[in-house]
Amino acid sequence: MKLVVLMKRLPDLVEDLEVDDSGKALDAEFLKFTLNEFDDHALEEALLLKEATGGELTVVAVDGEDVDKMLYTALAKGADTALKISGTGEIGSTSHLARIFTQSLADRSYDLILTGVQAADDRDGQLAPTVAAMIGAPCIEVVTGIEHEAGKLIVRKEYSGGVLAEFDVEPPAVLGIQAARQTPRYAPVSKVRQVQESATLETVTLAADTGKSFDIIRMTPPETGAGAEMLGGVDELVKVMESKGVL
Amino acid sequence: MGNDILVVAEHLGGTLSDTTFELLGMAKKLASQTGGSTVAALIGGDDTMLSQLGAADLVVRVGGGEIADFNPEVHGAALEAVVAAKQPRIVLIGYTSMGMDLASHLAVKADLAAASFAIGIEAGDSVVVTSQLYGGKMNVTTDLGSGPCVVSVLAGSAPADDGRAHGPPASEDLAVPPTAGKIRFRRLIEPEAGDVDITAQDMLVAIGRGIGNKDDVEVAEALAEALGAAVAGSRPLIDAGWLPKTRQVGKSGLKVSPKLYLALGISGAPEHIEGMKSSSTIIAVNTDKHAPIFNFAHYGMVADLFDVCEELTEIVEEKKG
Ligand SMILES: Cc1cc2nc3c(=O)[nH]c(=O)nc-3n(C[C@H](O)[C@H](O)[C@H](O)COP(=O)(O)OP(=O)(O)OC[C@H]3O[C@@H](n4cnc5c(N)ncnc54)[C@H](O)[C@@H]3O)c2cc1C
Ligand SMILES: Nc1ncnc2c1ncn2[C@@H]1O[C@H](COP(=O)(O)O)[C@@H](O)[C@H]1O
Repeated sequence: MKLVVLMKRLPDLVEDLEVDDSGKALDAEFLKFTLNEFDDHALEEALLLKEATGGELTVVAVDGEDVDKMLYTALAKGADTALKISGTGEIGSTSHLARIFTQSLADRSYDLILTGVQAADDRDGQLAPTVAAMIGAPCIEVVTGIEHEAGKLIVRKEYSGGVLAEFDVEPPAVLGIQAARQTPRYAPVSKVRQVQESATLETVTLAADTGKSFDIIRMTPPETGAGAEMLGGVDELVKVMESKGVL
Repeated sequence: MGNDILVVAEHLGGTLSDTTFELLGMAKKLASQTGGSTVAALIGGDDTMLSQLGAADLVVRVGGGEIADFNPEVHGAALEAVVAAKQPRIVLIGYTSMGMDLASHLAVKADLAAASFAIGIEAGDSVVVTSQLYGGKMNVTTDLGSGPCVVSVLAGSAPADDGRAHGPPASEDLAVPPTAGKIRFRRLIEPEAGDVDITAQDMLVAIGRGIGNKDDVEVAEALAEALGAAVAGSRPLIDAGWLPKTRQVGKSGLKVSPKLYLALGISGAPEHIEGMKSSSTIIAVNTDKHAPIFNFAHYGMVADLFDVCEELTEIVEEKKG
């Protein structure tokens, strides 16, 4: 099976996020980037599928700070090819990113495209269903299990309360991965460094494309409103619990 | 394009979701802003569901029992047909597992402007949407322009009661459009019961990724035992196998509303908040003073959860002798 994983970096949400002077965007100066955690699960699921059924795994990402390291890490984990897309300019939205990915894959053949179920900056939609609609492929979001059997895929989708639905899907297809069957594997730094010296990243250069841009009016941290009353210590916490009759 | 607001009615196992009613309430308000009416799309539904959609001025029914089980391909094509027939100004879809299969698909196929993670919508000359992005750390307000659009709305963004009205609304039928049959529904798989029912507990000690590693789950278990509470958790802990699936709180887990929800090392992503925000008292402990959980908790403490667990366990054990 020919597998493709679409990867994207996101600001690390554990860090403080600040709005820049325009009032419409994050202040880039303080941003630390990481791979979208759901893309990491998509990569893990793709690696497991490759190990189970053979085949070839290509990872794709748009160029940017730390993207080389992200792609080399995927190679160190077992991807066969890493494709870096450059020349695109700033990515303005999910639909813009989806168009760039579909253009970069236009001459390639694949059976299955996997990516994360969502990204924390999905202002205008999710990548998997957007890419799927653009290329006319079937798509399922919130996937937590994939089996490959006799040319078709058996896919598990999660609803709420732990209820799952199972579907047969005919490839080529696009799946939005919520969680891989196992925790995403770790690539030791030494292995990544070794791959960095021996492997090369393929690059595709696309013409700059400004994308369909929606006007962002403003970006603000959520108002705390009647937010939490902050407690100074465990003694205060105990008092609150007593006053609520739970202790 | 007309001025109508179209709501996609969502159902699982024969029951309409709360999200459907939240969206209907929202749609009625928006329809009064646009001067249009409220239309619901009921795909693969039945007469009982129809009779619960009285808040809509019109229900467009596509198919019935033969497509009762959600299928992204079939339901996606059905929704496209409803939108082509009704030309609404705004399509509202829940940001749910099913909604995620529909909204972006529709945006591309019907060439609609789109917004995701929405918590608020205003319709004037243009449609202005506020989305909760970056795991709840930023609200972003976007102008979707004066054309038609589709908005995926986070659960709990509007009261469901505003969208509940009985009495059968006017309805019309639309044929199920043909599809290529690339996706076939096989079956539903219900979760296994047998563990503690976290929805029936008065007190939950809920832990998140801040717990750091599997062995330290014990620390929370010790506190829960002292308190007579049960341990619950955020999704990443369940995915990692540190807690069973039955303990998951949130969008794809369970909705809980205990007397006390003690959230330890949970950031407060919208998908988690959805499952616990109606708890009577929420106390959050997090080392990040900007963690979004503090926007939803009644009480907060910027502290290391291990320090809090240790001290609190001791105090509780002492009190109880
Ligand atoms: C379709 C879908 C469904 C989902 N369903 C659910 C769901 O049902 N339930 C759910 O929870 N999530 C769900 N998620 C995942 C959700 O988006 C978040 O990824 C998840 O809630 C984050 O969990 P967390 O808060 O434990 O982890 P993180 O976001 O990583 O937060 C960990 C927090 O711990 C704090 N911390 C670290 N160390 C300490 C310490 N020593 N003491 C105190 N604090 C510390 C950090 O500051 C941080 O705020 C879903 C996602 C999708 C896409
Ligand atoms: N109720 C609250 N909700 C969320 N964050 C808070 C709250 N109170 C204080 N903080 C955070 O703590 C930081 C310091 O606030 P202060 O105590 O006002 O100096 C602020 O920047 C807030 O981010």
